[in-house]
Amino acid sequence: MTGYTGLYQRLYRPRVPILWWVRRRSYLLFVLRELSSVFVAWSVVYTLLLVHAVTAGERSYRGFLAWSARPQVLAVNVVALLFVLFHAVTWFALASRAVVVRVRGRRVPGVWIVAANYALWAVASAIVAWVVLR
Amino acid sequence: MADTITLEVARYRPEQEDEPTTQCYEIPMRREWTVLDGLNHVKDRLDGTLSFRWSCRMGICGSCGMTIDGDPVLACETFLTDHHPGPVRVEPLRNFPVIRDLVVELTDFMAKLPHVMPWLVADEPPPDTEYLQKPAEVDEYQQYSMCINCMLCYAACPVYGLERDFLGPALIALAQRYNLDSRDHGDHDRLEILSAPEGIWDCTFVGECSRACPKGVDPAGAIQRYKLEAAKRTVRSLLLPRGRR
Amino acid sequence: MTVVRRPVEPLLWLAFSAGGVLAALLVPALLLLFGVAFPLGWLPAPGYPHLDAVVRHPLVRLVLFALCVLALFHAAHRLRYTVRDGLQLRRLSGLIDASCYGAALAGSAAAGYLLLAAG
Ligand code: SF4
Ligand code: FES
Repeated sequence: MTGYTGLYQRLYRPRVPILWWVRRRSYLLFVLRELSSVFVAWSVVYTLLLVHAVTAGERSYRGFLAWSARPQVLAVNVVALLFVLFHAVTWFALASRAVVVRVRGRRVPGVWIVAANYALWAVASAIVAWVVLR
Repeated sequence: MADTITLEVARYRPEQEDEPTTQCYEIPMRREWTVLDGLNHVKDRLDGTLSFRWSCRMGICGSCGMTIDGDPVLACETFLTDHHPGPVRVEPLRNFPVIRDLVVELTDFMAKLPHVMPWLVADEPPPDTEYLQKPAEVDEYQQYSMCINCMLCYAACPVYGLERDFLGPALIALAQRYNLDSRDHGDHDRLEILSAPEGIWDCTFVGECSRACPKGVDPAGAIQRYKLEAAKRTVRSLLLPRGRR
Repeated sequence: MTVVRRPVEPLLWLAFSAGGVLAALLVPALLLLFGVAFPLGWLPAPGYPHLDAVVRHPLVRLVLFALCVLALFHAAHRLRYTVRDGLQLRRLSGLIDASCYGAALAGSAAAGYLLLAAG
């Protein structure tokens, strides 16, 4: 018995385990989704390195191409691509819940917003590919 | 189908133990039984000392929230057949202090509740007659008014587990329920508390609250909508001259 | 209308969101081409004169600059929360915020130099 009266409450306060995000699949997916940001940042750095190489001249551009074909760099980029795709897919799914679009006073259903996002994604990717490969 | 199933129930009896323990009960396996029916069988026939909350048995009162096989659910809406062959692990809701067995302490929520002003704030006295609304105006907030305060969303939210001061999913959804009501004019007053760091900005859109909610309230969606709204207001207040804000 | 008293959070969130959109729209294609398809030889890498002209185009530079800055702030914002909650380091949140946004600022400065000032 604790306390001097039977009415005294002794609450049990559970602690959140340090690795709480491995306890549930959905928490793990959430943390992976958030960690995609590391690879977004990497992609920015990689793009800037490319821009730097191109502005520095043809020789350094060739050097960049050779560097980007090294197995380590390639491995990083493949992983980064998977994470960036994960980011895009989850982002489009979630954005439809934050944004309320109204057409003639009626709320546009979420699926339409998701579909519009994917359409925009396709267009943006096509433009990138066209500019680079033309 | 076996004729019995085991409930592995977390027990915490503060007068005799410092940490929760597990006790197993073997109960009849009935197709039409929910976990709550199983617990009531235990209470009536096997062990009268087991404590848990319940009232309506039909997903209305919001008092039977528990962690069943790891998920925050209403015990009265969780059928034994879906957890067959068991054992079924029954624990108190996560993220709350435990008073006894499956009963958790909700004072934190109750203390925060009035801060979001969950009532109609009006500039002028309401009309003497009925306060009429168009169906479209009701649609704006109806989803957010379905909350039964079952706290499943708080149990599902890792941010609430880590940060006691976080207002949490149901309260922000509740604030939105009034913000979006055409009869309410309290949105500026609520902005202050909602846009504090412990309000919407603590949320990282894990989205588990909306998955846990038995009433389709979608608190996560409400919070993200409100983030967008607060951001728009900030930009407007920074760009527009004082008078036009 | 009430003025939001701490306007930083909403502005950081706006940058986070804009960065999230831009990153989702543009980065997969860019990374697929330059990070995977060209190095693996799935597609021939573009010739130097063409890419040089592309990179010099002011519109391309502007889009790349916006992408870099906003995507970096997007990453900083997410990482800040992930480190704080994932490792339970709320006590250190000042330090975490400063390092995350500081890194994003530094990266943005580098992007500004490469894309707007140099070459
Ligand atoms: S929002 Fe849903 S999960 Fe949260 S308390 Fe209300 S009904 Fe329960
Ligand atoms: S007993 Fe009322 S909601 Fe379950």
